[in-house]
Amino acid sequence: MPSWGAGPNAMTISQADRAVGARLFSAFLDAGAAPVDADILQPAETLLDLYGETIRHRAYVTADAVRGEQMLRPDFTVPVVQMHMSEGAEPARYAYMGEVFRKQAAGVERPREFLQAGYEVFDGKDPAAADAEVFALLRAQLAHLPTRAVIGDIGILRAAIAGLTTTPERRAALLRHIWRPRRFRALLSRFGGQLPEPEGRAALVAEVAEKGVAAVIAANGPDMGRRSPDEITARIARLRADQEATPIPATEVSVLEDISRLRESAPNALERLRDLAVDLSTLTPALDQMEARLEALAVRGEDPAMLEFDGTYGRASLEYYDGFVFGIFARARPHMAPVASGGRYDALTTVLGQGRAIPAVGGVIRPGLVAALEEAQR
Amino acid sequence: MTLKLGVPSKGRLMEKTFDWFGKHGVTLRRTGSDREYAGAVEGLDHVSLVLLSAGEIPRELAAGRIHLGVTGTDLVQEKLPDWMRQVRSLEALGFGHADLILAVPRCWVDVETLDDLDAVAAQFRANHGFRLRIATKYHRLVHAHLSGHGVADYQLVDSQGATEGTVANLTAEAIADITSTGETLRANHLKILKGEPVLRSQATLFASRTAPWEAAERTALQALGQALGRDDLTEGVFHD
Repeated sequence: MPSWGAGPNAMTISQADRAVGARLFSAFLDAGAAPVDADILQPAETLLDLYGETIRHRAYVTADAVRGEQMLRPDFTVPVVQMHMSEGAEPARYAYMGEVFRKQAAGVERPREFLQAGYEVFDGKDPAAADAEVFALLRAQLAHLPTRAVIGDIGILRAAIAGLTTTPERRAALLRHIWRPRRFRALLSRFGGQLPEPEGRAALVAEVAEKGVAAVIAANGPDMGRRSPDEITARIARLRADQEATPIPATEVSVLEDISRLRESAPNALERLRDLAVDLSTLTPALDQMEARLEALAVRGEDPAMLEFDGTYGRASLEYYDGFVFGIFARARPHMAPVASGGRYDALTTVLGQGRAIPAVGGVIRPGLVAALEEAQR
Repeated sequence: MTLKLGVPSKGRLMEKTFDWFGKHGVTLRRTGSDREYAGAVEGLDHVSLVLLSAGEIPRELAAGRIHLGVTGTDLVQEKLPDWMRQVRSLEALGFGHADLILAVPRCWVDVETLDDLDAVAAQFRANHGFRLRIATKYHRLVHAHLSGHGVADYQLVDSQGATEGTVANLTAEAIADITSTGETLRANHLKILKGEPVLRSQATLFASRTAPWEAAERTALQALGQALGRDDLTEGVFHD
């Protein structure tokens, strides 16, 4: 059989990869999932609206004069959520297996085209149990390989931000930048009073106070473009209010910093977080949820003490997950992409649900990486 | 075998490139009629002149079809994602200075920095239901710059010319473009954001690292190095 790919008889996705994919897919069906599929060509608009320019630089975008921009499926989650939100009954469990396509940066020798086998749970009855179900099912498929699991929880960070003693605008700005840690830190330092406010801001507020906002705008050239003078006026009012805001207390800033620095076994991390909740009590419901999850994992035979909790895990990925997150890595190949990864994405169902929402959690295994690790073991 | 030197085929960039080589004892000139893109090199053996559009020189360097080329750093870095492995910057030529900058309407008195742009982008998206549009032809460089600074809620829209007019024409809210004096920006009621530009560019002599560097071409490059007073000119060019 001829094969077309990187070289003679070398395709990006091998027969061994496909065999592993089929095995995983059937294990997910055995676990009670319904089989689903998604078109390889996805309308780009939904993904661009969700993720903006970042997805354009990670996914292949094609031009189509008739249908508009299309994207080579960068993952299954978004089409599966859309399918479920429009026609699925609850609770539901889905399994899928197929190619996904990702651009890679120059010099990065990772595949641009690979298989994903996934398992998604739409079930709001017991989120902790659903988290544990997905994690344990994926782990069970990798039991024969030496792996290391890292877990995190974006929900804890969100709960911490929600509890900060500051203005709603500042909390919103921090929430928005969870996925951009550099800007997040800069904002936190400024809101905490450690960094001065941007240059020129005080002068602008003073000038507006003296001359009136309309005069200041008019003195700087004609009104132009879609952003209206009203929007400029509203922003200046926000800047003035922000100037009067008192800094976020240092104890609260340090709670956020401590969460970001946390890297411990899961039970120790929970204990440390309980200590932090003394200074920031809004953490408690999220920590109760984490505790329930660890218990549910133990019920499924996962020893929480063997799980590494990383307070920043999931923050470098697409803005997608908003609760439990996990990655499973090959011990022997620390630089390899995670063999399996996933998490909870309740908010995504709200965005795509047109008024409906349902708690959802899921994860994928990369059959190609499993096949490579199995080959290395032989 | 000859070393192929790619030079912009018209305009000030061509004239200044010819002047620059002339100052170093290498005469470049066009041959044939005014309209014919043919040229000759005097003062260096085994070097031939290839006249090309400045925008195509990065691609020709990366493909190894020319050994040396004069073009802007902006074009090389935008068009060649792997430029550090494909070309080597030999000498900045001291002309064709231009910065790739971000600019917004002058009436946005509340926006001076990337920090402001980010905050305004969030508000704009909430108010208008779509991401704030930045018109540019430098998609890669601008995206890398904005994501490096943690700016969100914007989108890049393609503009291959007259980019400064896009805001007034309501096809973008801000722009990212090359400017040298800023005059066109001012005429279009735009102002440059404060802070470092996305990129500082100037005309630069690049060497291709993928071109076939046989003995004759190596000797020619060494001779050029001598003419420029640069013994180290060949460093890091040849793959061996």
